[in-house]
Amino acid sequence: MEPQLGFVEQSFDLRYTGWVREALNDMPDCFTITDPCISGHPIVFASNGFLKMVGYSKDEVIGKNGRIFQGPETDRRAVMEIREAVRAERAVQVSLLNYRKDGTPFWMLFQMCPVFSKEDGRVINFVGVQVPIVLRKTRLSGLGISRNEINLCEDTVLRCCRREVCSDSILELRRESVSSSHDDREVEINEPCDASELEKTKASAAISNILSVLTHYSELTGRLMFLFSVKHCQDWPQLLILLLLFLEHAIHRTDALLPDMPIVYASDAFMKLTGYARHEVLGQNCRFLSGIDTDPTTQFQIKECIRSQQACTVRILNYRKDRTPFWNFLHISPVRNASGKVAFFVGIQIDDHCNYRELHGLRPEMRQLSVVGAVKVAVRSLSMGASTS
Amino acid sequence: MMLRIKRVPTVVSNYQKDEAEEGARHSSGCGRNCFRSCCLPGAKLPLYAFKKVSKVVCGKGSVGTENEEPSIDFLDSLLIGEWEDRMQRGLFRYDVTACETKVIPGEYGFIAQLNEGRHLKKRPTEFRVDKVLQPFDENKFNFTKVGQEEVLFQFEASEDDEVHFFPNAPIDIDNSPSVVAINVSPIEYGHVLLVPRILERLPQRIDHESFLLALYMAAEAGNPYFRLGYNSLGAFATINHLHFQAYYLAAPFPIERAPSKKITTTSGGVKISDILNYPVRGLVFEGGNTLEDLSNVVSDSCICLQENNIPYNVLIADSGKRIFLFPQCYAEKQALGEVSSELLDTQVNPAVWEISGHMVLKRKEDYEEASEENAWRLLAEVSLSEERLQEVKELIFESICCKIEEEIVTPVTLEESDDTPSLMKTLMRLKASNLLWCLCSSIIPFLSSGLWSFMEFSMVPLGFVA
Repeated sequence: MEPQLGFVEQSFDLRYTGWVREALNDMPDCFTITDPCISGHPIVFASNGFLKMVGYSKDEVIGKNGRIFQGPETDRRAVMEIREAVRAERAVQVSLLNYRKDGTPFWMLFQMCPVFSKEDGRVINFVGVQVPIVLRKTRLSGLGISRNEINLCEDTVLRCCRREVCSDSILELRRESVSSSHDDREVEINEPCDASELEKTKASAAISNILSVLTHYSELTGRLMFLFSVKHCQDWPQLLILLLLFLEHAIHRTDALLPDMPIVYASDAFMKLTGYARHEVLGQNCRFLSGIDTDPTTQFQIKECIRSQQACTVRILNYRKDRTPFWNFLHISPVRNASGKVAFFVGIQIDDHCNYRELHGLRPEMRQLSVVGAVKVAVRSLSMGASTS
Repeated sequence: MMLRIKRVPTVVSNYQKDEAEEGARHSSGCGRNCFRSCCLPGAKLPLYAFKKVSKVVCGKGSVGTENEEPSIDFLDSLLIGEWEDRMQRGLFRYDVTACETKVIPGEYGFIAQLNEGRHLKKRPTEFRVDKVLQPFDENKFNFTKVGQEEVLFQFEASEDDEVHFFPNAPIDIDNSPSVVAINVSPIEYGHVLLVPRILERLPQRIDHESFLLALYMAAEAGNPYFRLGYNSLGAFATINHLHFQAYYLAAPFPIERAPSKKITTTSGGVKISDILNYPVRGLVFEGGNTLEDLSNVVSDSCICLQENNIPYNVLIADSGKRIFLFPQCYAEKQALGEVSSELLDTQVNPAVWEISGHMVLKRKEDYEEASEENAWRLLAEVSLSEERLQEVKELIFESICCKIEEEIVTPVTLEESDDTPSLMKTLMRLKASNLLWCLCSSIIPFLSSGLWSFMEFSMVPLGFVA
């Protein structure tokens, strides 16, 4: 019997916080997330791109095992390889013939990797990315592919080694990819279809983006935002909120206009105004919002305020993803953790452009301060330590 | 014999000087924008008018203006916003978020804070601790002497059953507004003082109207992490001008997790219980058909205590849904020389926050060695004996016309109570998630410790390039 839909979805929501579904749905890629802890290893999340590709509705997919997409022509060896990877809890990348709901087959590059729990090292999810393979006559040389693949994977490792949830899986991914490069050449001879370098790059990039989102939503920031944003930010769509990780060494750098403070949280309103997707913003330095006409003296002002760990309010010209500029009425303030040290900077912007109304008589500036206070309370209390329940 | 203790008074206002200095200042006139008749004419302050509700489980303050969607937690946002504004204007004596704080490991989850700045620059003063009710003394510091910039807003019941907010309301001297002012020596973020009918210059003594106001404030803020407290004279109140304290701490207080055993339910539906398994003995009040029912039972009990000259502390928790009442005898013991010097040396004054489990420590060594045993040892000294509490309870029940009917009920813990605030419930539900909980517990230690290198490694997301 298939597990109940509600239960399956719940299992996913329990593992991650806040708006993980929204964030994942923001991503254009075709992918599924499965839960090996539930009997039958069902799909617990399927991206919109994936549903569109296979022609199933969400409800027809959630709770089912991935095998429903396989058909008579699906190569059993590839399926066995995936099954073996699941059993061994490792990553895998294979070309696979799958079937849409209407029965039409299509080739895709399937890349899967496990997501480990930080606590006990158990595998809690598998992320599977499917990149449709464009059939073509000419094939790349096998050797070329493997070199590129190794480079690509090393790149992924460099970018991901600081993660905590997925670090193991990325290392696994590299090992797997390196060792499977021989198979690729075999595959090239025996199989009717092979993935191009572009498709492999795409799959790896998608995996790392998904892991980034999953990590984000299982981290402190997710919990943190849950605590205060529910109360303070949702009703105020005009407030764009960024939480920046404060790094002691970054403020001593003199070459950059703004110190290196990666964004660890960005509010929905921020996404909406700037046109970026969440995974494009997280980890970025807030410099990426600046553009050609941004006044360097304003940036210097921000830098000085960060250096001296003071709050400040500035009006700065920022740029959206499409490079259109907007005026940003920005308040930034240091946020201390329970040991009294500055741990974050919170940046709250009022969308200057939107037709702003004084909601209930509380001035926008006061609301900025209110969010600052709420963040301070949340960070201080949440970092207080030892849970005693 | 008159019982006195010597202690460093808390500086709650920037205009609070040592008594001698105060007297000198007083004769030289004002001109400092205070809250008295000399400076009030023409003065304006934000005014928050709350809606009187009949149910205890009241909705959060929703501001109904035009076609606007009601905003939840408006009071909460107003208070935090105004407080942060005063912080950025530098009105506080120190940045309380720079004071180290931690949860003490153990079963109860006592919270310790190291606050070295709170008691500096003040001489110890003698306080009379054997009289719970003392007349108002205009010559001593009172809240009419604070600066207007230290007052955040006026807080009153709305006249038309709707919530209203006026960003710039004149101060109606004849109506003696109730105000919310900052405490310039905060013990946590958002530490404020609610001063009922400030211009009436009421002494520190509970009355029905003022207690109901405090309860409304808790309900209106609608945040379980925003609690109000009251200290009577003789139970570590230092200012004899009626006031309640409040601040934010987004963690459960140990007292909120203590089980309780129901004693009785009043005709108004207020459930009264004994606090179990906690170092300070006391009573819990909850429920009631209306907020006023709950308020009246508690204020009747408080009035009974103060009239019988029994010092006490009150904690209003769970957004006004649960109220803890602790008669106490620490100051009396201290004056009689019955408290060990070891405890006295810590200079910790067990007022309502300490009794509730939030220990504000002044010495680094006490903070570093803070343990559940130490906290327990201090609080045990605060508590009345079982026999004495029984007598006090009889006094209370007599005054609120209740028969004590011992009923056997299962202890109600916070986790089991239906009244658990929804935020807490959600948090508890989240706790069910292994991953999340494990992640959080693995993250929190390095947030609080100085392990920056680890943090940098584990928290920097993708694409962090110089």
